[in-house]
Amino acid sequence: MAAVQDGQLNMEVEKDIKTEITNDGSGNINANSSSPGSTSSGGKSKSPAGSGEDQQTLLAVLQFLKRNKLTESVDILRREAGLSADADDSPVSDSAGAGSGGVPNVSADGGDANSLLSRVSIATPFAPPATAPPKVVAASGGEDQPDVNVVLSAYSQQGDPVLYPLYYNGLKKFIESVLDCHRAELSQVFYPLFVHMYLELVYNNHENEAKQFFEKFSGDQECYYEEDLRILSSMSKKEHMKGNETMLDFRTSKFVLRISRDSYQLLKRHLQERQNNQIWNIIQEHLYIDIFDGMPRSKSQIDAMSGSLAGEGKRDANKAKVFYGLLKEPEIEVPLDDEDEEAENEEGKPKKKKPKKDSMGSKSKKQDPNAPQQTRIPLPELKDSDKLDKIMNMKEATKKIRLGPDNLPSICFYSFLNAYQGLTAVDFTDDSSLIAGGFADSTVRVWSVTPKKLRRVKSAADLSNIDKESDDVLERIMDEKTASESKILYGHSGPVYGISFSPDRNYLLSSSEDGTVRLWSLQTFTCLVGYKGHNYPVWDTQFSPYGYYFISGGHDRVARLWATDHYQPLRMFAGHLADITCTLFHPNSNYVATGSADRTIRLWDVLTGNCVRILTGHKGPIHSLAFSPNGKFMASGATDGRVLLWDVGHGLMVGELKGHTDTIYALKFSRDGEILASGSMDNTVKLWDTLKAFDDVELDDFTAATGHIHLPENSQELLLGTYMTKSTPVIHLHFTRRNLLLAAGAYNP
Amino acid sequence: MAEERRPKQCTVVLPTESMKAMAESIGVGQLQEESCAALSEEVSYRIKEIAQDALKFMHHGKRCKLTTSDIDHALKLKNVEPLYGFQSQEFIPFRFASGGGRELHFYEEKEVDLSDIINTPLPRVPLDVSLKAHWLSIEGVQPAIPENPPPAPKEQQKTESTEPLKAVKPGQEEEGSIQKGQGATSAEAKGKKDGLMRMKPRSTHELSVEQQLYYKEITEACVGSCEAKRAEALQSIATDPGLYQMLPRFSTFISEGVRVNVVQNNLALLIYLMRMVKALMDNPTLYLEKYLHELIPAVVTCIVSKQLCLRPDVDNHWALRDFAARLMAQSCKTFSTTTNNIQSRITKTFTKVYNKCWLDDKTQWTTRYGCIAGLSELGPDVIKTLILPRLTVEGARIKAVSDGPVVSNIDKIGADHVQSLLLKHCASVIAKARPLPDNVEQYRADYGYLGPMLCSHVVKARAQAALQAQQVNRTTLTITQPRPTLTVPSSLTLMSTRPGTPTQLSPPATKYIVMATSSGSSSTQQVLWMASICKISRTLKLSSSAVANSAVDMMKLALMRTATGKGDPELPLLQRISSLELPASEIAAQINA
Repeated sequence: MAAVQDGQLNMEVEKDIKTEITNDGSGNINANSSSPGSTSSGGKSKSPAGSGEDQQTLLAVLQFLKRNKLTESVDILRREAGLSADADDSPVSDSAGAGSGGVPNVSADGGDANSLLSRVSIATPFAPPATAPPKVVAASGGEDQPDVNVVLSAYSQQGDPVLYPLYYNGLKKFIESVLDCHRAELSQVFYPLFVHMYLELVYNNHENEAKQFFEKFSGDQECYYEEDLRILSSMSKKEHMKGNETMLDFRTSKFVLRISRDSYQLLKRHLQERQNNQIWNIIQEHLYIDIFDGMPRSKSQIDAMSGSLAGEGKRDANKAKVFYGLLKEPEIEVPLDDEDEEAENEEGKPKKKKPKKDSMGSKSKKQDPNAPQQTRIPLPELKDSDKLDKIMNMKEATKKIRLGPDNLPSICFYSFLNAYQGLTAVDFTDDSSLIAGGFADSTVRVWSVTPKKLRRVKSAADLSNIDKESDDVLERIMDEKTASESKILYGHSGPVYGISFSPDRNYLLSSSEDGTVRLWSLQTFTCLVGYKGHNYPVWDTQFSPYGYYFISGGHDRVARLWATDHYQPLRMFAGHLADITCTLFHPNSNYVATGSADRTIRLWDVLTGNCVRILTGHKGPIHSLAFSPNGKFMASGATDGRVLLWDVGHGLMVGELKGHTDTIYALKFSRDGEILASGSMDNTVKLWDTLKAFDDVELDDFTAATGHIHLPENSQELLLGTYMTKSTPVIHLHFTRRNLLLAAGAYNP
Repeated sequence: MAEERRPKQCTVVLPTESMKAMAESIGVGQLQEESCAALSEEVSYRIKEIAQDALKFMHHGKRCKLTTSDIDHALKLKNVEPLYGFQSQEFIPFRFASGGGRELHFYEEKEVDLSDIINTPLPRVPLDVSLKAHWLSIEGVQPAIPENPPPAPKEQQKTESTEPLKAVKPGQEEEGSIQKGQGATSAEAKGKKDGLMRMKPRSTHELSVEQQLYYKEITEACVGSCEAKRAEALQSIATDPGLYQMLPRFSTFISEGVRVNVVQNNLALLIYLMRMVKALMDNPTLYLEKYLHELIPAVVTCIVSKQLCLRPDVDNHWALRDFAARLMAQSCKTFSTTTNNIQSRITKTFTKVYNKCWLDDKTQWTTRYGCIAGLSELGPDVIKTLILPRLTVEGARIKAVSDGPVVSNIDKIGADHVQSLLLKHCASVIAKARPLPDNVEQYRADYGYLGPMLCSHVVKARAQAALQAQQVNRTTLTITQPRPTLTVPSSLTLMSTRPGTPTQLSPPATKYIVMATSSGSSSTQQVLWMASICKISRTLKLSSSAVANSAVDMMKLALMRTATGKGDPELPLLQRISSLELPASEIAAQINA
């Protein structure tokens, strides 16, 4: 899996993915993160636990499996144990976690953990996030069948199926009877418990009981889990569990709950008093309870953060420092007079980097303390044409309109006519001169929206006749005969789902259902490279704001970081539990954000490959992401029709914008970040006052530390405008350099 | 998909009969009940799984309709071979069959004759994808151009006019957002929110320069002399979405126009204005309720006015009355609610006038005609209760004019028209209401002078109904009706850069095949007026073949106009046709020829 290219960039090999799949799926996570949950756990568990000796535990587990006639699992366990010595430590961990009393740290620092670490290694300061459930990778691989069985076998410990509803009901009664302040927190337990109890019933072939159990209690679950419940309900046989991805996710990744210490104690005491081992087992084995000290959270606080496939992100998952500041712009002398020739003359000089501020920049020349090192990741050298473009950019920026609540942008809408429901992706170039559309018929089309037509470079034979010394050589190489307003790029063999222009407008990326990402030249209008790595549909791809790098993510749940001159990925970001639906580079190019169908957003460090943020709160697959121009905030939109605002530095949700009624496919901040535009399937473009949204949030140390934020209910005040289109879903938005909003979509008669 | 509601989720599985049917279709005869159950559960599960994956493709395709290709891609994900050749953009026509105690839904695959395919001309190449830009908003204000949806959706217009209080109730989000979208600055919006008093927002009707230009052009074209321009202008009124702002001006224009032209007896202009009313009513984005107080008097004037033209003996002002009466009936149908009671008020008005004419012999025949026309358009019930009882008196009056000393030509024509109108409308009602047999003497006793004529008409109507019932399915009428296209003359500059509406770009010629049914209740307009022509011509006697020929020519013309997409059938023309006399069979023969 870990096909990693160790390029000339001297990047370190991405290690995450190598973390082997541990025997029954819970291993590494426990070992690495000292979970308070397991710390306080009392002894019990039917598997003979308590032994520190790996070998003995293994034997005990084997015995247990045999007793339960799970011969297949026994074989696999044997094989695993026999093949790799490393695997030894893993099967223990679930029993060890339960049995080893109050010394999880010891085991984390102890022998096996060390060996583990040395393998996982790269000794980053951000160890915890590295525990991205590695199982996922295997799910996409071909040889996952045996693993599935192993994973499932954990469900074999069964109680009396008839008692399940009683257990559940008992807990329900208890939680309903506790003090109000604890009830909301403890109610979080319902959903994961329900799922695991149901799966256990199904696994042990108690089909009817499972059905009854589901019918009885599925109505109690929060409405945002409906989608998962639907998948769950369709699973009524043990055979179905094999190869069902959702099932695997539940099993392999512990459902994370954040509960205050008081509430947790209450729950623990109750369960122990009642000798309710069945439930306790599940909590021990399948849930990760993140205990914090302090006030229990309110229902609204919990609801804001929950909804993802695997519960909330752990608190320490978001502790790592993120350098969200912008990189220093390279100094370019901007000619004060506006003559273009001057500009070109000036160009030769700026090689020597004078610490002189450009005329436009409003930022201080000092390095932003939150910004990463300029050379943290190698960035491509600026070419002359890039500098020219930057100068143009600055000139345009001086004419930029300052937007605000009283000064709304004009919106120009580009409708794709006669697309017959086939338009799947749109992108604009940064200077708004080109539009590209990806279509369901596998084509990519590029339009010029300026009077300048699209021309191809002449053929090699013709090129040799050109006088290379002439001033207008760049003009001469173009073939006038090919001038047209639009060009079609053929090459994909499936619908094109993602499309992205390179910042220098020379390249175009497209990702498709056929599993490839293609790089097209906009000089020759041909395909240059097909990047093959994803075996499944690639839902999105995105160029870095500095070019050269790009990110892609798709159905295989792994996001890959590529460089245009490498045919293999430089980094693979594994950790999402479902399809990666959208990808985006941070403005400083050091981080990558991915949104997923598991309803989480992850932020990955390009340098280390670590996941540095897990943001939960969406109740549906995420389809759009946007960073604010200063890199400090992020917005995300999902199928639930809500836009969530995030503080990247603190890893906190800072706002919720309600108003859309359907999937949000497009989000964009204005060039100064005052306004957020959102475009949706419900045929509207909405404008939101983000300055106010970010101002309204008060971030004191406590909230920053705990992540328990009170979201102001002010969507209606923040909404600045709603613009209906005529039956045209909005699938892309773009602010021009002068802050004119461009929107695009296919007219759907 | 099928599992919409959660409580059902557990239980939705395919019926075992389906399993049996499928097994049989591949040659497995006897399938155990148990295996069927197991199979159906497994199959249901797999189908749900695939459907879930297919949904992913739908979402990423930015659609809200699942297509067969989504299913194919989902199958591909699972390493299953896609269902080749099962392409359908639209609805898949499953057929239903039952027999032998079994019910089946199946997809019918017709055998295709290759030579047919080869020999048929190629279909038109679908239009290529193109890009069109327009302003969705200009500095926060959404311009009213055809590319944008109408600023105030019809629903909102309706609530505003019928329930003004509800429309401004606090907390109505969409209302607020729409208002904002129309450009209220946020400060205003805030003021609105914070303000304790909630007042009905003043709707401003200031027109932009473009709108003023548009208004000028449209009104000039509507009453101008160029018929082609007029047709285009009316088409624009009937289809353009952004006219809401201009409605008050249009309605004033119409009511003032009628007022002036009635005095001047300018028949042509009155007809044009009525056609404008019709176009406004036809516009699906407009809700006219608020302006009925101006429009209805104008329309009623055109129905009952004593004199509408300079030469009442020659000009066909009857057609205008008929047309206006029909408009009246249409607006009654559309706008009558329990609060405004338009229908009953209109009926009362007509009845009052009619009563006056009934008592007073001196009333003009024109007014009488208008009243009868207005009432009879309101439906058979009105005819039964208000017109039938008065047939005797009316008949006597007609008799007095036709038999008595020649007073004036005008009166005679008027009486003739009233007679034919009464016969036309009453015959069908009587035919339905009166039991057989049709006895001439009995009719004479009941209806006086008009009795015998009525009797023959009723007999014809019955015969015709029976005939139609027999040959319902044989008479098909094929009309090619292109989509309404909006073509504004080049002189008309609505917007400086006026990109065409997306609708106009691909008008695939839609072909309607209309089946004439015995009840005559087919919704298609063409059939209705065909039927009405037939009815009219049935009720009247053929006077001369020359007239018949000219009528047929006119009808052909009208049909051609309809067919070539000139929009609504030219109604005044139609009226002229309807006033002519022609047997149905001959019309049919002519059309077929």
